[in-house]
Amino acid sequence: MQLSTSILLTIALAPLVGCLLAGFFARFIGRAGSHSVTILGLLVSCALSFYVLYQLTLGGAAEYNQNLYTWFQIGPFNASVGFMVDRLTAMMLVVVSFVSLLVHVYTIGYMRDDPGYTRFFSYISLFTFSMFMLVMSNNFMQLFFGWEAVGLVSYLLIGFWYKRPTAIFANLKAFLVNRVGDFGFLLGIAAVLYFLGTLDYATAFNAAPGLVGKTLQITAHTQWDAATVICICLFVGAMGKSAQVPLHVWLPDSMEGPTPISALIHAATMVTAGIFMVARMSPLFELSSTALSFVLVMGATTALFTGLIGIVQNDIKRVIAYSTLSQLGYMTVALGVSMYSGAVFHLMTHAFFKALLFLGAGSVIIAMHHEQDMRYMGGLRKYMPITWITMWIGSLALVAIPFTSGFYSKDAIIEAVGESHRWGAHYAYFCVMAGALVTGLYTFRQMYLTFHGKERFTVADHHGHGHDGHDDHGHHEPGVLAHAPKESPWVVTLPLVLLAIPSLLVGFFTVGPMLFGNWFGNAIHVEEANDVLAELGHEFHGATAMALHGFTQLPFLLVVIAFVTCTYIYLFNPALAGRIKSALKPLWTVLDRKYWVDNVYFALFARGGVMLGRVFWKAGETTVIDGAMVNGSVGLVHRIAATTRRLQSGYLYHYAFAMILGLILLLGGYWFIGSVPVGQ
Amino acid sequence: MFNHLLSLLIWLPVIGAIPVLLAGSARPNLARWLSLLVAVLTFVVSLFLLVQYDPAGNAMQLVESHLWIASWGVHYGLAVDGISVALIVMTTFVGILVIVGAWEVIQDKPHQYMAAMLMLEGLLIGVFCATDALLFYALFEAILIPMFILIGIWGGPRRVYATLKFFIYTFFGSVFMLIALLYLYQKAHTFDLATLAALPLTFREQAWIFFAFLIAFAIKVPMVPVHTWLPDAHVEAPTGGSVVLAAVMLKVGTYGMLRFILPIVPDAGAHFAWIIIVLSLVAVVYIGYVALVQEDMKKLVAYSSVAHMGFVTLGIFIAFALVREQGNTDMALVGMQGAMIQMISHGFVSGAMFTCIGVMYDRLHTRAIKDYGGVINVMPWFGFFYVLFAMANCGLPGTSGFVGEFMVILASFSANPWIALFAAFTLIIGAGYTLWLVKRVLWGEITNPHVAEMEEISGRETFVLASFAAAVLALGIWPQPLVHLMDGSVAQLVQQLAIHKI
Repeated sequence: MQLSTSILLTIALAPLVGCLLAGFFARFIGRAGSHSVTILGLLVSCALSFYVLYQLTLGGAAEYNQNLYTWFQIGPFNASVGFMVDRLTAMMLVVVSFVSLLVHVYTIGYMRDDPGYTRFFSYISLFTFSMFMLVMSNNFMQLFFGWEAVGLVSYLLIGFWYKRPTAIFANLKAFLVNRVGDFGFLLGIAAVLYFLGTLDYATAFNAAPGLVGKTLQITAHTQWDAATVICICLFVGAMGKSAQVPLHVWLPDSMEGPTPISALIHAATMVTAGIFMVARMSPLFELSSTALSFVLVMGATTALFTGLIGIVQNDIKRVIAYSTLSQLGYMTVALGVSMYSGAVFHLMTHAFFKALLFLGAGSVIIAMHHEQDMRYMGGLRKYMPITWITMWIGSLALVAIPFTSGFYSKDAIIEAVGESHRWGAHYAYFCVMAGALVTGLYTFRQMYLTFHGKERFTVADHHGHGHDGHDDHGHHEPGVLAHAPKESPWVVTLPLVLLAIPSLLVGFFTVGPMLFGNWFGNAIHVEEANDVLAELGHEFHGATAMALHGFTQLPFLLVVIAFVTCTYIYLFNPALAGRIKSALKPLWTVLDRKYWVDNVYFALFARGGVMLGRVFWKAGETTVIDGAMVNGSVGLVHRIAATTRRLQSGYLYHYAFAMILGLILLLGGYWFIGSVPVGQ
Repeated sequence: MFNHLLSLLIWLPVIGAIPVLLAGSARPNLARWLSLLVAVLTFVVSLFLLVQYDPAGNAMQLVESHLWIASWGVHYGLAVDGISVALIVMTTFVGILVIVGAWEVIQDKPHQYMAAMLMLEGLLIGVFCATDALLFYALFEAILIPMFILIGIWGGPRRVYATLKFFIYTFFGSVFMLIALLYLYQKAHTFDLATLAALPLTFREQAWIFFAFLIAFAIKVPMVPVHTWLPDAHVEAPTGGSVVLAAVMLKVGTYGMLRFILPIVPDAGAHFAWIIIVLSLVAVVYIGYVALVQEDMKKLVAYSSVAHMGFVTLGIFIAFALVREQGNTDMALVGMQGAMIQMISHGFVSGAMFTCIGVMYDRLHTRAIKDYGGVINVMPWFGFFYVLFAMANCGLPGTSGFVGEFMVILASFSANPWIALFAAFTLIIGAGYTLWLVKRVLWGEITNPHVAEMEEISGRETFVLASFAAAVLALGIWPQPLVHLMDGSVAQLVQQLAIHKI
């Protein structure tokens, strides 16, 4: 059985239609009309995505791979727009459409008072369309199309509140840092075309074994392995999009965008595009263990060191942002040990629980009248029980308590790294293990600061102050609320509940087939020698046994240590946190300054770039080209003209003198020539 | 079959300019409507060209040839291939938009302005279909006159400096071309381009002729380091002048390379291709940095034009390297196609960018970036278009700006990964200067009280911007029709690259 093209087209285009209607016709359909059409579009996409997943797993449908139209055909080279839908794609479709649908619903509540309401719906639907095009692509050109399109929407959404200087700084930064990644990515695509002669996935992957032994001439005496060059270039793209060190700097700043898109774009979907891409390219990456080691080391570094920064953050969203960076690092580590299905599995579970955490944080932010600083929160559990419970579920999944979804995916990654013999695996193993402790520390700290302990805010008792909205953001005194916090409306809490369910359960039911059951089939290719999952599979005896086994392992112990530490500090001895901070002042400063990476980049690339531009402009353009060459030659002409002009003075005696001189010269010349026997 | 289609296309706007001129300053609206009528008619006729031209047929079609100057054997010779057709249709399309764009903006002698525009349009069309070198040369020079008038009369405060610089700069280059043409004439006794293409020349001769042509065309493109006339001309030119200058006139330079350097001196072209490749990369990287620090919006976009035209010259000459050094004709096709598409795309994108700047200038009468900020607050629809064109300017997929650059980078990688590395740097620096501009102009709080008084774009302005947007998006989403239109001609060009003349 074959999937029908029209169904796949509908999945992709339904959000686009919603985007166009909400974007261009908001004046006619109104606010409710805008959210209705976009949600309807997403509902259709989501339902059909589940249908496609069902068809591919239980319905016995074959993989779909067809071109829709030719984008260009030049000589033998073809670039098309087309779809490739296998189980990997179907899983991504379900995750993206499900989270996106819930975020759409959530937005009704979160953006209720925002003047850019309809624009926001238009953007998030455009994003969903772009993401679909990215994951459904069957070739590198369209992949790049989706890749950049999600970057564009991310740019627009980070800068959604375009009056805020921080937001428009952050979106420019995000776009440019992503462009650095895309720079590598584009070169990778060019290398694919050069070596494999095609932009089509299937053709390229079939030809991939032919890469072995091919090299790229770098200098007269240096040759680089073709597969390594391709894979590292492509991975640079992934480092940009999936925010891996050293291109991670844009993600924390992207929190300037409204919270729903932090959940959708900067946690659940877009930032995982890099992970998806590498998994998709597994037939290429398997050819280069050098590239995979590079991936492994980068991922491990990201997993540990960005997580550490999360511990010292006070902004509730920023904690989750650093947590996202760290979790993306885990996924990248999984890719690095050839455990592509593990990476994608973690991508899926992470999408649910991280979207849940972000949306929960958003719910808190609404209740706190757009206060995001956790130092002014505390004790919120009794005001907003649904948010509190669902966020705890998300947190438990994040710290990988056995039986939660996060456990299955994260524990498998840690185990797999332990099994791997790849260069860098020892370092990575240390990082992911230490990362488990770090994850526990920042997660529990955040939950306690937000929901438990004493209330660190007061409620002003004057009335008639007007409703909460973005207008009063930043104007009120920190820690003073106009009204007491209250639980968010159902459009906000319903998505939380609907995300809490898969955060708890989806891992339990899918770990067997996805990790050990070759569920992905041909979508993911692993060389036998690299197959760490096969090793682990020997010890896998079902999800229950795995979870029970998890209770006896080091990662769980580390989480317990983190739990006990945080509980003691934040529930029983709040003063201790301050004392630890001052005792470890240098370390705290390093983390608080984010290792000074931002400062260095800004000085080097932003200021340095402008400085270089000034030098080029002043020295190159103004002085050398225009000054010396252009106006210099004009000046030369002037000088020559000025000199020769003196000959034409207008005085009769000058001319008479010149005439006499000429006559003498002429006669003298004749006399001279005449005295020389010419031609005689 | 009516076989004077090309003549009609050239002369319709040129002669149509006369009644516009006669309408006089007393009846400005008559002049406006008449010129619009002529521009629309020209566009419609150019659509017939699209229909009549057969992409699968012979290279040069719709041939017209009449003896013009008998004693020298100069012909009034016209013909088009796919590349010319694409450029002509782009010219007539932009032709309408500059007329509509200038509608109320030009209050001073509108009839003369419109007439100059129409004449310019006709002459440009002539350049794109001349098959006789002397006819080409005459038209190539003639386009300077209406542009000179446009900048000189309706330009900004430093227009005298700018026009002189522009005129002398380009005229200087043309002299070398004329000398080369005269040399060729005394060898071949004709100015017919096809005959000149078949003329055997020693390498020494080719090298001299190559550099003579290069100077003429490099100034027009413009290539680094002979580009400095462009920012000055743009800054002083009225909006319509800037649009035509960026969208169409720059293409005359690269078009000249295709028609003169490639077929007439292929061996010298191949030998010296590295010079052009290096200069193109300098245009991308160095000019990118220069654009970054501009304080005048028009100057910034002018510099970005230089950088983007670098991709055209890179694509053309990377094809030389691919064919001659690797025999990789297939990839050379990609590079050459990329260059052609970049020409068309840049026409739309730069035209649109200059139109946007004109829209803001009409309201605030300043081009300094620091005077703006927060424009989106008062002009959201304008903001939509501005962001779209900015994205096209930094080569976002889905817009036309991506297509050509993508192809050229793919082809460059096959020639030499280092070239691709520098070319791909545009991804970063292009986004840098464009989006920083957007940030400072469009986003943020309104700081200048005059910005708060800016009015949202009118219906007329929306029409112009939406037309550009449609072209930019159509090309970006489905470039294949354009690729197909030019395919045969590009293949022919690439074949010529391989021919040794020595």
